[in-house]
Amino acid sequence: MKMTLEPSKTYHPISILLHWLMVFGLACATVMALIMVDMPGITPTKLRLFNYHKWLGVALWCFVIVRCVWRFLVPPPPLPAHMKRWEVSVAWLMHALLYVLMFAVPVAGYCYSLVAGYPVVWFGVWELPVFMAPDPELKAVFKLIHKTLGQAMWCLVGLHVLAGLKHWLVQKDGVMQRMLPFLKQKH
Amino acid sequence: MLVGRRIVAGLVVSFCCSAPQAQPIDGGASKVSATFRQLGVPVQGVFKNIKGDVEFDPKRAAQAKASLEIDVSGFDLGDKEYNAEVAKKDWFDAKNHPKASFVLTSVIPVNATQYKATGSLSIKGKTANLQFPVDIKMDAGKSVFEGKVAVNRLFFNIGEGEWKDTALVADEVLIQFRVVGAIAPAGAKK
Repeated sequence: MKMTLEPSKTYHPISILLHWLMVFGLACATVMALIMVDMPGITPTKLRLFNYHKWLGVALWCFVIVRCVWRFLVPPPPLPAHMKRWEVSVAWLMHALLYVLMFAVPVAGYCYSLVAGYPVVWFGVWELPVFMAPDPELKAVFKLIHKTLGQAMWCLVGLHVLAGLKHWLVQKDGVMQRMLPFLKQKH
Repeated sequence: MLVGRRIVAGLVVSFCCSAPQAQPIDGGASKVSATFRQLGVPVQGVFKNIKGDVEFDPKRAAQAKASLEIDVSGFDLGDKEYNAEVAKKDWFDAKNHPKASFVLTSVIPVNATQYKATGSLSIKGKTANLQFPVDIKMDAGKSVFEGKVAVNRLFFNIGEGEWKDTALVADEVLIQFRVVGAIAPAGAKK
Protein backbone atom coordinates (compact mmCIF):
# COMPACT_ATOMS: atom_id res chain seq x y z
CA MET A 1 0.00 0.00 0.00
CA LYS A 2 1.49 3.35 -0.99
CA MET A 3 1.47 6.13 1.50
CA THR A 4 1.71 8.73 -1.22
CA LEU A 5 0.35 12.07 -0.16
CA GLU A 6 -1.64 14.33 -2.45
CA PRO A 7 0.55 16.32 -4.87
CA SER A 8 1.28 19.67 -3.34
CA LYS A 9 2.96 22.89 -4.33
CA THR A 10 5.56 22.65 -1.62
CA TYR A 11 7.76 20.01 -0.13
CA HIS A 12 6.56 18.06 2.88
CA PRO A 13 8.05 19.61 6.06
CA ILE A 14 9.94 16.37 6.74
CA SER A 15 11.42 16.46 3.22
CA ILE A 16 12.61 20.01 3.92
CA LEU A 17 14.09 18.94 7.25
CA LEU A 18 15.88 15.94 5.70
CA HIS A 19 17.27 18.14 2.90
CA TRP A 20 18.77 20.70 5.26
CA LEU A 21 20.08 18.06 7.69
CA MET A 22 21.86 16.51 4.72
CA VAL A 23 23.40 19.86 3.77
CA PHE A 24 24.60 20.33 7.35
CA GLY A 25 25.96 16.78 7.59
CA LEU A 26 27.81 16.95 4.28
CA ALA A 27 29.28 20.33 5.18
CA CYS A 28 30.51 19.03 8.55
CA ALA A 29 32.06 15.91 7.00
CA THR A 30 33.78 18.00 4.33
CA VAL A 31 35.12 20.63 6.74
CA MET A 32 36.52 17.86 8.94
CA ALA A 33 38.12 16.23 5.90
CA LEU A 34 39.75 19.47 4.76
CA ILE A 35 41.17 20.11 8.24
CA MET A 36 42.34 16.59 9.04
CA VAL A 37 44.19 15.87 5.80
CA ASP A 38 46.39 18.92 6.35
CA MET A 39 47.32 18.05 9.94
CA PRO A 40 50.97 16.94 10.14
CA GLY A 41 52.10 13.80 11.95
CA ILE A 42 49.90 11.70 14.21
CA THR A 43 48.06 13.57 16.95
CA PRO A 44 45.06 12.71 19.13
CA THR A 45 43.01 15.44 17.42
CA LYS A 46 43.86 14.09 14.00
CA LEU A 47 42.90 10.53 14.97
CA ARG A 48 39.63 11.75 16.45
CA LEU A 49 38.81 13.82 13.37
CA PHE A 50 39.47 10.88 11.04
CA ASN A 51 37.21 8.65 13.09
CA TYR A 52 34.46 11.26 13.50
CA HIS A 53 34.60 11.86 9.75
CA LYS A 54 34.12 8.12 9.12
CA TRP A 55 31.33 7.83 11.68
CA LEU A 56 29.54 10.79 10.14
CA GLY A 57 30.10 9.37 6.65
CA VAL A 58 28.44 6.08 7.60
CA ALA A 59 25.57 8.00 9.22
CA LEU A 60 25.11 10.11 6.07
CA TRP A 61 25.14 7.00 3.90
CA CYS A 62 22.28 5.56 5.99
CA PHE A 63 20.61 8.95 5.85
CA VAL A 64 20.70 9.00 2.03
CA ILE A 65 18.87 5.68 1.99
CA VAL A 66 16.26 7.06 4.38
CA ARG A 67 15.87 10.09 2.12
CA CYS A 68 15.42 7.88 -0.97
CA VAL A 69 12.73 5.86 0.77
CA TRP A 70 11.06 9.05 1.96
CA ARG A 71 11.23 10.57 -1.53
CA PHE A 72 9.58 7.45 -2.91
CA LEU A 73 6.79 7.60 -0.33
CA VAL A 74 6.37 11.36 -0.48
CA PRO A 75 7.40 12.48 -3.98
CA PRO A 76 8.52 16.06 -4.53
CA PRO A 77 5.94 18.52 -5.83
CA PRO A 78 5.80 18.87 -9.64
CA LEU A 79 7.98 21.46 -11.32
CA PRO A 80 6.28 24.61 -12.64
CA ALA A 81 4.53 24.34 -16.00
CA HIS A 82 6.66 27.04 -17.66
CA MET A 83 9.75 24.80 -17.61
CA LYS A 84 10.74 23.34 -20.95
CA ARG A 85 11.09 19.60 -21.36
CA TRP A 86 14.89 19.72 -21.49
CA GLU A 87 14.93 21.84 -18.34
CA VAL A 88 12.84 19.28 -16.53
CA SER A 89 15.17 16.53 -17.78
CA VAL A 90 18.26 18.41 -16.63
CA ALA A 91 16.66 19.03 -13.23
CA TRP A 92 15.84 15.35 -12.94
CA LEU A 93 19.35 14.29 -13.98
CA MET A 94 20.90 16.74 -11.51
CA HIS A 95 18.90 15.36 -8.60
CA ALA A 96 19.61 11.76 -9.64
CA LEU A 97 23.35 12.48 -9.82
CA LEU A 98 23.30 14.20 -6.45
CA TYR A 99 21.70 11.15 -4.89
CA VAL A 100 24.15 8.80 -6.63
CA LEU A 101 27.09 10.83 -5.35
CA MET A 102 25.73 11.22 -1.82
CA PHE A 103 25.56 7.42 -1.83
CA ALA A 104 28.88 6.76 -3.58
CA VAL A 105 31.15 9.19 -1.71
CA PRO A 106 30.72 7.44 1.68
CA VAL A 107 31.02 4.01 0.01
CA ALA A 108 34.33 5.03 -1.57
CA GLY A 109 35.52 6.44 1.77
CA TYR A 110 34.55 3.28 3.58
CA CYS A 111 36.44 1.14 1.05
CA TYR A 112 39.41 3.51 1.33
CA SER A 113 39.47 2.95 5.09
CA LEU A 114 39.28 -0.84 4.67
CA VAL A 115 42.08 -1.13 2.12
CA ALA A 116 44.16 1.22 4.27
CA GLY A 117 43.86 -1.45 6.98
CA TYR A 118 41.46 0.38 9.28
CA PRO A 119 38.06 -1.21 9.66
CA VAL A 120 35.35 1.24 10.64
CA VAL A 121 34.04 0.84 14.17
CA TRP A 122 30.93 3.01 14.27
CA PHE A 123 31.01 5.35 17.26
CA GLY A 124 33.86 3.19 18.57
CA VAL A 125 31.37 0.42 19.39
CA TRP A 126 29.96 -1.34 16.32
CA GLU A 127 32.44 -3.12 14.10
CA LEU A 128 31.16 -2.70 10.55
CA PRO A 129 31.76 -5.34 7.88
CA VAL A 130 35.26 -5.80 6.49
CA PHE A 131 35.07 -7.06 2.91
CA MET A 132 38.46 -5.94 1.65
CA ALA A 133 41.96 -6.68 2.86
CA PRO A 134 44.64 -3.99 3.30
CA ASP A 135 46.18 -3.17 -0.06
CA PRO A 136 48.55 -0.20 -0.60
CA GLU A 137 47.77 0.07 -4.32
CA LEU A 138 44.00 0.01 -3.84
CA LYS A 139 44.47 2.49 -1.00
CA ALA A 140 45.75 5.10 -3.47
CA VAL A 141 42.94 4.25 -5.90
CA PHE A 142 40.14 4.59 -3.34
CA LYS A 143 41.66 7.75 -1.91
CA LEU A 144 41.48 9.30 -5.37
CA ILE A 145 37.93 8.03 -5.98
CA HIS A 146 36.69 9.28 -2.60
CA LYS A 147 38.27 12.70 -3.09
CA THR A 148 37.24 13.11 -6.73
CA LEU A 149 33.65 12.04 -6.19
CA GLY A 150 33.48 14.36 -3.17
CA GLN A 151 34.67 17.27 -5.30
CA ALA A 152 32.24 16.34 -8.07
CA MET A 153 29.42 16.25 -5.52
CA TRP A 154 30.21 19.76 -4.29
CA CYS A 155 30.39 21.01 -7.90
CA LEU A 156 26.90 19.63 -8.44
CA VAL A 157 25.75 21.21 -5.19
CA GLY A 158 27.05 24.50 -6.56
CA LEU A 159 25.03 24.07 -9.75
CA HIS A 160 22.04 23.02 -7.66
CA VAL A 161 22.27 26.29 -5.70
CA LEU A 162 22.72 28.33 -8.88
CA ALA A 163 19.64 26.69 -10.38
CA GLY A 164 17.69 27.55 -7.23
CA LEU A 165 18.90 31.15 -7.43
CA LYS A 166 17.81 31.33 -11.05
CA HIS A 167 14.31 30.16 -10.08
CA TRP A 168 14.23 32.73 -7.30
CA LEU A 169 15.76 35.78 -8.94
CA VAL A 170 15.22 35.30 -12.66
CA GLN A 171 12.16 33.13 -13.09
CA LYS A 172 10.52 34.13 -9.82
CA ASP A 173 8.42 30.98 -9.93
CA GLY A 174 8.51 29.96 -6.27
CA VAL A 175 10.66 26.83 -6.78
CA MET A 176 13.37 28.09 -4.39
CA GLN A 177 10.71 28.84 -1.77
CA ARG A 178 9.59 25.24 -1.77
CA MET A 179 12.80 24.35 0.04
CA LEU A 180 13.13 27.71 1.81
CA PRO A 181 9.60 28.46 3.04
CA PHE A 182 10.70 31.63 4.85
CA LEU A 183 12.22 33.15 1.76
CA LYS A 184 10.07 35.87 0.26
CA GLN A 185 9.50 35.81 -3.46
CA LYS A 186 10.86 38.83 -5.30
CA HIS A 187 8.50 40.43 -7.73
CA MET B 1 61.06 -37.44 15.15
CA LEU B 2 63.53 -38.83 17.67
CA VAL B 3 66.25 -39.03 15.04
CA GLY B 4 65.49 -35.45 14.05
CA ARG B 5 65.83 -34.30 17.60
CA ARG B 6 69.17 -36.07 17.99
CA ILE B 7 70.43 -34.33 14.89
CA VAL B 8 69.25 -31.00 16.24
CA ALA B 9 70.82 -31.66 19.61
CA GLY B 10 74.07 -32.62 17.89
CA LEU B 11 74.06 -29.50 15.77
CA VAL B 12 73.23 -27.27 18.67
CA VAL B 13 75.95 -28.80 20.83
CA SER B 14 78.52 -28.27 18.12
CA PHE B 15 77.63 -24.57 17.75
CA CYS B 16 76.84 -23.24 21.15
CA CYS B 17 79.38 -24.40 23.61
CA SER B 18 78.41 -22.05 26.42
CA ALA B 19 74.71 -23.01 26.35
CA PRO B 20 74.62 -26.47 24.89
CA GLN B 21 70.85 -26.77 24.55
CA ALA B 22 69.93 -23.26 23.51
CA GLN B 23 69.16 -22.42 19.93
CA PRO B 24 69.06 -18.94 18.54
CA ILE B 25 65.63 -18.09 17.22
CA ASP B 26 64.82 -17.92 13.55
CA GLY B 27 64.07 -14.23 13.08
CA GLY B 28 62.32 -14.83 9.77
CA ALA B 29 59.99 -17.55 10.99
CA SER B 30 59.29 -15.92 14.33
CA LYS B 31 56.65 -13.24 14.65
CA VAL B 32 55.74 -10.99 17.52
CA SER B 33 52.88 -8.55 17.06
CA ALA B 34 50.95 -6.13 19.24
CA THR B 35 47.31 -5.25 18.62
CA PHE B 36 45.65 -2.29 20.29
CA ARG B 37 42.41 -0.44 19.80
CA GLN B 38 42.25 3.15 18.68
CA LEU B 39 38.71 4.53 19.17
CA GLY B 40 37.60 0.91 18.92
CA VAL B 41 39.53 0.23 15.71
CA PRO B 42 41.98 -2.68 16.00
CA VAL B 43 45.45 -1.70 14.85
CA GLN B 44 48.24 -4.26 14.60
CA GLY B 45 51.94 -3.66 14.53
CA VAL B 46 54.69 -6.22 14.03
CA PHE B 47 58.11 -6.16 15.69
CA LYS B 48 60.48 -6.54 12.77
CA ASN B 49 63.73 -7.14 14.66
CA ILE B 50 63.65 -9.87 17.24
CA LYS B 51 66.56 -11.82 18.56
CA GLY B 52 66.85 -14.41 21.28
CA ASP B 53 67.41 -17.96 22.33
CA VAL B 54 65.07 -20.79 23.10
CA GLU B 55 65.70 -24.06 24.80
CA PHE B 56 63.14 -26.82 24.89
CA ASP B 57 63.22 -30.56 25.37
CA PRO B 58 59.79 -32.20 25.58
CA LYS B 59 61.22 -34.72 28.04
CA ARG B 60 62.31 -31.98 30.37
CA ALA B 61 59.63 -29.47 29.52
CA ALA B 62 59.73 -27.78 32.89
CA GLN B 63 63.25 -26.64 32.11
CA ALA B 64 62.25 -24.83 28.94
CA LYS B 65 63.89 -21.48 28.55
CA ALA B 66 63.40 -18.57 26.27
CA SER B 67 64.68 -15.06 26.10
CA LEU B 68 63.84 -12.45 23.54
CA GLU B 69 65.28 -9.08 22.72
CA ILE B 70 63.15 -6.81 20.62
CA ASP B 71 64.18 -3.66 18.80
CA VAL B 72 61.36 -1.25 19.56
CA SER B 73 62.31 0.95 16.61
CA GLY B 74 61.40 -2.02 14.41
CA PHE B 75 57.73 -1.80 15.40
CA ASP B 76 55.98 -1.62 12.06
CA LEU B 77 52.39 -0.41 11.84
CA GLY B 78 52.43 -0.44 8.06
CA ASP B 79 52.64 3.34 7.80
CA LYS B 80 55.76 5.53 7.90
CA GLU B 81 54.09 8.31 9.88
CA TYR B 82 52.80 5.91 12.49
CA ASN B 83 56.16 4.17 12.79
CA ALA B 84 57.88 7.50 13.36
CA GLU B 85 55.26 8.48 15.95
CA VAL B 86 55.53 5.32 18.09
CA ALA B 87 59.31 5.62 18.31
CA LYS B 88 58.89 9.04 19.99
CA LYS B 89 59.36 9.82 23.66
CA ASP B 90 55.64 9.55 24.50
CA TRP B 91 55.52 5.99 23.17
CA PHE B 92 58.47 3.58 23.09
CA ASP B 93 61.10 6.30 23.49
CA ALA B 94 63.32 4.28 21.18
CA LYS B 95 66.25 6.66 21.69
CA ASN B 96 66.53 6.03 25.41
CA HIS B 97 65.03 2.55 25.56
CA PRO B 98 65.93 0.88 22.28
CA LYS B 99 65.29 -2.66 23.47
CA ALA B 100 62.36 -4.46 24.99
CA SER B 101 62.99 -7.89 26.44
CA PHE B 102 61.18 -10.94 27.61
CA VAL B 103 62.58 -13.74 29.76
CA LEU B 104 60.66 -16.92 30.32
CA THR B 105 61.20 -17.94 33.94
CA SER B 106 59.13 -21.11 34.26
CA VAL B 107 56.72 -23.35 32.44
CA ILE B 108 54.28 -25.78 34.02
CA PRO B 109 52.88 -28.46 31.72
CA VAL B 110 49.10 -28.49 31.37
CA ASN B 111 48.87 -31.16 28.67
CA ALA B 112 51.00 -32.53 25.84
CA THR B 113 51.62 -29.17 24.18
CA GLN B 114 50.13 -26.59 26.51
CA TYR B 115 52.01 -24.96 29.31
CA LYS B 116 51.44 -22.29 31.84
CA ALA B 117 54.25 -19.84 31.39
CA THR B 118 55.63 -17.23 33.71
CA GLY B 119 58.01 -14.59 32.52
CA SER B 120 59.07 -11.01 32.83
CA LEU B 121 58.54 -8.41 30.18
CA SER B 122 60.60 -5.24 30.19
CA ILE B 123 59.68 -2.23 28.09
CA LYS B 124 60.78 1.36 28.50
CA GLY B 125 62.51 0.64 31.81
CA LYS B 126 59.52 -1.06 33.42
CA THR B 127 59.28 -4.76 34.13
CA ALA B 128 56.05 -6.70 34.50
CA ASN B 129 55.66 -10.32 35.54
CA LEU B 130 53.30 -12.10 33.23
CA GLN B 131 51.49 -15.39 33.40
CA PHE B 132 49.93 -16.78 30.28
CA PRO B 133 49.23 -20.05 28.46
CA VAL B 134 51.76 -21.04 25.84
CA ASP B 135 51.84 -23.80 23.28
CA ILE B 136 55.25 -25.40 22.91
CA LYS B 137 55.96 -28.09 20.39
CA MET B 138 58.68 -29.47 18.20
CA ASP B 139 58.14 -28.90 14.51
CA ALA B 140 60.68 -30.44 12.11
CA GLY B 141 63.31 -30.39 14.80
CA LYS B 142 62.64 -26.79 15.74
CA SER B 143 60.99 -25.73 18.95
CA VAL B 144 57.97 -23.50 18.43
CA PHE B 145 56.58 -21.30 21.20
CA GLU B 146 53.18 -19.88 20.41
CA GLY B 147 50.58 -17.92 22.31
CA LYS B 148 49.19 -14.54 23.24
CA VAL B 149 49.18 -12.37 26.29
CA ALA B 150 47.37 -9.16 27.14
CA VAL B 151 49.37 -6.35 28.73
CA ASN B 152 48.49 -2.86 29.87
CA ARG B 153 50.33 -0.21 27.92
CA LEU B 154 50.00 2.42 30.65
CA PHE B 155 51.96 0.23 33.07
CA PHE B 156 54.95 0.64 30.74
CA ASN B 157 54.20 4.33 30.13
CA ILE B 158 53.53 3.58 26.49
CA GLY B 159 51.52 6.56 25.34
CA GLU B 160 52.15 9.50 27.65
CA GLY B 161 50.70 12.97 27.83
CA GLU B 162 47.61 13.37 25.70
CA TRP B 163 47.90 9.73 24.66
CA LYS B 164 47.10 8.53 28.18
CA ASP B 165 43.43 8.83 27.28
CA THR B 166 42.22 5.22 27.10
CA ALA B 167 39.05 6.29 25.27
CA LEU B 168 41.38 7.18 22.41
CA VAL B 169 43.89 4.32 22.71
CA ALA B 170 42.77 1.39 24.86
CA ASP B 171 44.99 0.37 27.75
CA GLU B 172 44.91 -3.29 26.82
CA VAL B 173 47.36 -4.44 24.18
CA LEU B 174 47.32 -7.99 22.92
CA ILE B 175 50.75 -9.44 22.21
CA GLN B 176 50.71 -12.43 19.91
CA PHE B 177 53.85 -14.44 19.39
CA ARG B 178 55.20 -17.37 17.46
CA VAL B 179 58.83 -17.89 18.27
CA VAL B 180 60.70 -20.54 16.32
CA GLY B 181 64.12 -21.90 17.22
CA ALA B 182 66.55 -21.88 14.31
CA ILE B 183 68.76 -24.65 13.18
CA ALA B 184 71.90 -23.20 11.72
CA PRO B 185 72.36 -24.40 8.14
CA ALA B 186 75.08 -27.01 7.62
CA GLY B 187 77.09 -24.52 5.57
CA ALA B 188 77.45 -22.25 8.58
CA LYS B 189 79.30 -24.94 10.52
CA LYS B 190 82.94 -24.10 11.05
